[in-house]
Amino acid sequence: MKILVPVKRVVDYNVKIKVKSDNSGVDLENVKMAMNPFDEIAVEEAVRLKEKKLCDEITAISIGSAKSEETLRTALAIGVDKGILVETEEEVQPLEVAKILKEVVKKNNPDLVLMGKQAIDDDSNQTGQMLAALLGWPQGTFASKLEINGKKINVTREIDGGLETLGMELPAIITTDLRLNEPRYASLPNIMKAKQKPVEKITPNDLNVEIKQRLKTLKVTEPPKKTPGIKVDSVQELISKLHEVEKVI
Amino acid sequence: MSVLVLIEHNNQNIKVSSFNTITAAKKIDKSVHAIVLGENCSKIADQISKCEGIEEVFIADNAIYKNHIAENIAPIVVELASNYSHILAPSSTFGKNIMPRIAALLDVAQISDIMSVESSDTFIRPIYAGNANLKVKSTDKKKIITVRTTNFEATKINGGNSKITKINKNEDAGLSKFVKNELNKSDRPELTAAGIVISGGRGMLSGKNFSLLEEIADKLKAAVGASRAAVDAGFVPNDYQVGQTGKVVAPELYIAVGISGAIQHLAGMKDSKIIVAINKDEEAPIFQVADYGIVGDLFKILPELSKELDKIKS
Repeated sequence: MKILVPVKRVVDYNVKIKVKSDNSGVDLENVKMAMNPFDEIAVEEAVRLKEKKLCDEITAISIGSAKSEETLRTALAIGVDKGILVETEEEVQPLEVAKILKEVVKKNNPDLVLMGKQAIDDDSNQTGQMLAALLGWPQGTFASKLEINGKKINVTREIDGGLETLGMELPAIITTDLRLNEPRYASLPNIMKAKQKPVEKITPNDLNVEIKQRLKTLKVTEPPKKTPGIKVDSVQELISKLHEVEKVI
Repeated sequence: MSVLVLIEHNNQNIKVSSFNTITAAKKIDKSVHAIVLGENCSKIADQISKCEGIEEVFIADNAIYKNHIAENIAPIVVELASNYSHILAPSSTFGKNIMPRIAALLDVAQISDIMSVESSDTFIRPIYAGNANLKVKSTDKKKIITVRTTNFEATKINGGNSKITKINKNEDAGLSKFVKNELNKSDRPELTAAGIVISGGRGMLSGKNFSLLEEIADKLKAAVGASRAAVDAGFVPNDYQVGQTGKVVAPELYIAVGISGAIQHLAGMKDSKIIVAINKDEEAPIFQVADYGIVGDLFKILPELSKELDKIKS
């Protein structure tokens, strides 16, 4: 089985972002970047499947600036075999990401695409479902457990009321939720080894995908600040505030 | 052209999120239609037809729609799409799963999680876990949208009587099969619809200790939630999670107990009207968004809170 894992370079999840003063976007200068955490879970799952001998080859793909190669190297250090960098300086929105991935899938013929359910920068939560639609493949979104048996796969999904299990056949798209696994840290020898692994560089043009910004950013603002609250000294005082002042209980 | 709303339901009851989504649709256009997909769900369509401002309801009643498999639902919505300028669904796991599939089949972008409607093509949505708000204009002819339900009131059922049209389709895409579900049953209100939410974090130390929160929840008719840390630690099931990737809540009162207040958690609750934080660490970031804070040991504070609530209720 071959697995394709798309990975995105995003602002590290610990960073408190700042909106640019001209309201054109979020300030990404000198900000720590990292692999999108949900994609890390996807990489980890793919590597575990390879360790269980259920998978022969894992390819990671990243779309973005030349710096996205760092994100691919992180994936390679965790245990991915090779990388594809689709290099572009333009903003690529989910539908076009899905179109690029579709072309790569058609060339590389993976049996499974394992990807994060959402990127923590734009929080769109779309690309996996879109890719599944474009390929006409089944989709197992928000996965917290995978059971693979030959060509059959059972996906346990985190849904609003609890858990749901769907059965589907490969090829399929799986998007990962938080509790699918806990990603490992890459060891130093593996980080060194990752530097030697192959990364193919192409452009959206090579795949005949036109990048369109269908969604235009008009303005990015900071959410309204809350006025600072007060500390109360006792439960009685809290109850009286909530009951008599705020009238919420 | 009209706006179409996908109704979220479980074949028995309509999810409140559907009524919030109808309100968002009405802000886009006066003409709002709805589609109910499910099995033995005519009762759902009847109720929706009585909703304020709904002009027409489509119903597709067939076993293949029972479990809301995205691969089966997307084609039928795409077929109807030519009559609509916008298609909306709640930004719940139901809408998040299905809508991008529809958008891609229509070759249009999706606008996820809208918090407000500025005009028929411009919306505001949160990015970076709600640490920034993006005003975005869609240049596509058709807009596929998921709605952050806490930002829109629920439309009422007021005894209207719109037309119900049956769609006879039963093509199973044959891609995904429902195997089973494990739904958590609770007599408490749903997290996303509750007026009061009390949530626990890592500070609760165990799942058993959540009974302290449940006792208070029952007195306040509140829902119980949790931070990611509490879910990851196995204290409570995944559907308790409030935050960037869990549920977004905006109740009248949110009580955060033993929750430090990571930005990912704040993303899911900072729009609550009144926020109370109980935490032993006075430096915890949760206090920065709290209207009222108590610094102290939650295992002493919670029983006291429960006792004091009895006094005001009597």
